[in-house]
Amino acid sequence: MTAIILYVAVIGSIAAWWLSRQRLMAKPWLEIGAAGETPGTGASEIPPAKLGLWVFLAVVGALLTLFVSAYLMRMHMSHDWRSLPTPPMLWFNTVLLLLSSLGLHRAQIAARIGWRHGIEIGLIAGGLSALAFLAGQYLAWQQVMEEGFGVATNPSSSFFYLITAVHGLHLAGGLLALGKTAYRTARGADLAQLRLGVELCATYLHFLLVAWIALFGLLLHG
Amino acid sequence: MSTASGHLEGVPAAEVEDVELYHPHSWVTKYVFSQDAKIIGIQYALTATAIGFVALVLSWLMRIHLGFPGTFDFITPAEYYQFITMHGMIMVVYLLTALFLGGFGNYLIPLMVGARDMVFPWVNMLSYWIYLVAVLVLIASFFAPGGPTGAGWTLYPPQAILSGTPGGQDWGIILMLLSLMLFIIGFTMGGLNYVVTVLQARTRGMTLMRMPLTVWGIFTATVMALLAFPALFVSCVMMMLDRLLGTSFFMPALVVMGERLSHEGGSPLLWQHLFWFFGHPEVYIVALPAFGIVSDLISVHARRNIFGYRMMVWAIVIIGALSFVVWAHHMYVSGMNPYFGFFFATTTLIIAVPTAIKVYNWLLTLWRGDIHLTTPMLFALAFIVTFVNGGLTGLFLGNVVVDVPLSDTMFVVAHFHMVMGVAPIFVVFGAIYHWYPKITGRMLDEAMGKLHFWVSFAGAYLIFFPMHYIGLLGVPRRYHEIGEMAFVPPSAHTLNAFISVMALIVGAAQIVFLFNLAWSLRRGKPAGGNPWNAASLEWQTPETPPPHGNWGREMPVVYRWAYDYSVPGAPQDFIPQNQPPAKAAE
Repeated sequence: MTAIILYVAVIGSIAAWWLSRQRLMAKPWLEIGAAGETPGTGASEIPPAKLGLWVFLAVVGALLTLFVSAYLMRMHMSHDWRSLPTPPMLWFNTVLLLLSSLGLHRAQIAARIGWRHGIEIGLIAGGLSALAFLAGQYLAWQQVMEEGFGVATNPSSSFFYLITAVHGLHLAGGLLALGKTAYRTARGADLAQLRLGVELCATYLHFLLVAWIALFGLLLHG
Repeated sequence: MSTASGHLEGVPAAEVEDVELYHPHSWVTKYVFSQDAKIIGIQYALTATAIGFVALVLSWLMRIHLGFPGTFDFITPAEYYQFITMHGMIMVVYLLTALFLGGFGNYLIPLMVGARDMVFPWVNMLSYWIYLVAVLVLIASFFAPGGPTGAGWTLYPPQAILSGTPGGQDWGIILMLLSLMLFIIGFTMGGLNYVVTVLQARTRGMTLMRMPLTVWGIFTATVMALLAFPALFVSCVMMMLDRLLGTSFFMPALVVMGERLSHEGGSPLLWQHLFWFFGHPEVYIVALPAFGIVSDLISVHARRNIFGYRMMVWAIVIIGALSFVVWAHHMYVSGMNPYFGFFFATTTLIIAVPTAIKVYNWLLTLWRGDIHLTTPMLFALAFIVTFVNGGLTGLFLGNVVVDVPLSDTMFVVAHFHMVMGVAPIFVVFGAIYHWYPKITGRMLDEAMGKLHFWVSFAGAYLIFFPMHYIGLLGVPRRYHEIGEMAFVPPSAHTLNAFISVMALIVGAAQIVFLFNLAWSLRRGKPAGGNPWNAASLEWQTPETPPPHGNWGREMPVVYRWAYDYSVPGAPQDFIPQNQPPAKAAE
């Protein structure tokens, strides 16, 4: 459970840092008056959707870290673990996901400077590479299957299918949001609204890229 | 900070355009697929209460079987285990968690922090409907071939998915796991709303340190739940794969009825770690909202400001953090490195410190207060007594050497029910009696309320005090029939029968409560906007019950904390949070 304890400690530290800036030493029974008369007391300016996404990422992070914890514990708790031949396809897929992340990064920059066409290109490039990543993961599954590792053959392969599936499902969810943003872009939606939508998609994709690199490292380790 | 234009940085404007189109117009969008947090809160509460009554009836069936051996033989051992499992899971997850966070969280957070609604109303609506589907899937398992799972509410593998356990090789366990996964998905949607609303949608002047403790409790519990529920989700997914696809995450090599199963090398301990990593925070996910609500009830009904507000906030946060490092105290009997046992016993006992601070602060709030023994206050006081009782036996069980002999006895059942069953449910009742006037505009009937309280309070003690005693005698838990055991004296059987009779009576008293809820809806005394003369913001809405959007045209501005009661020199014994300083002094 070390991985998840560390994860909770990191989240806890962020929460503690944030709380420490919220005047927890205030004596509210003495402070009477409207906002503005007491400093540093309002809500932050971050749009709710952005904060909502970060909270959601913290939850997904906990979920994935728990899979990592379970993986490591199961690996060391029994002597039946056989190392899984990592399909070379996964390296290629990693590059695809990296491209997807880059595409969305470009879309985000385009949104910042108000270049609509750039947003479209970035979203399409990002979306297609993410779809290609998912297709690549499916091929990797087939390769592992051909090596004789089914879902129930060994815990290493069970975890391989499980972890890639969980990551893939989260990416598929992100692609739905991306599709919605692309649709809005095509319909010529308000630029400020697009900027937020593209930024949220990009953040989510970057997160899934980092998560994938960590999970891929774990699979290589096992 | 004021800017040159007079606009306050990071603070929403006082006048938020109340767009007419924003309000729902049809009956369906208003009351069924509603995006109004208040309606969603009521939907959560009604669904949780309905499924809670199913769990109550299950406890009756178990008790009559235990209390009168041989008389109610239509309850088979398999059914007994199914009743245990469903009773436990429903009460802990589908009733208490859903009611405190989904019910009270939805209704109270926007009103208490001065928001128009939750920040993501559509996601919030989805949260309820997924919860409802989770409940329906759970109910469906009663009608599935083989019935619901009888694996015990902790669903320990390997037995949970073996043929010897009811529902293990049928639909029961599958539906249970599916239902839990749906519940967690639904909760996550709601949880995002509660957290972001508290952080981003507070009205002008509502600093974090001016929020009522109810909001602090629900907020902290939600953060914990968002981090802890994924552990249950991961466990459920992996067990589902073990059951359906024959993987070996949790399943060791086994021979069943002479036949070797395909599983190999899996670790039941892995499940226990994951389950309790969720399971222990879960105790505080239920307890923290209860702590918060009780603080508010006591303050209002004793007409005293809450003693040690800052300490109360810190204690809530510290308890939340500590609850993530105590999980293995549920696994003492599973065997572990003695140093780990020592570590987890120590962290467990340390939690008693912030908890004790809270209890002292409640008592000091009551000290020399103008205590009104209304029904909500009675329930709040009953909570304190019960929580202390349950907490003290928790100190026994937190020690490895005491826990090991007691772990398999009724002592654990009694401890758990006092601290996690009776205590929080008293808060639920207190909160309903307290906020029902805001929700419906009418008071609940006091006479029926008092009857409900005294029977539930006295009855709960008559059930669970003797249960501690028979636990100490060594009467085991989880047994379908105790039968003849040399160390169990005949008096223990008499006590068991007595406990069962009391359980039936306490259960019946809840019907009075339900009747009161329905009767008062039409015939209760009109409550007015603020019947308890409370200072917090939810009582200051322009209309009662508050309509969609809560505040009418103008958002409230907050000038003080939520606990200005009996302030010397003030004309009234309370000052509402939104009353400007100049007016208060008049």
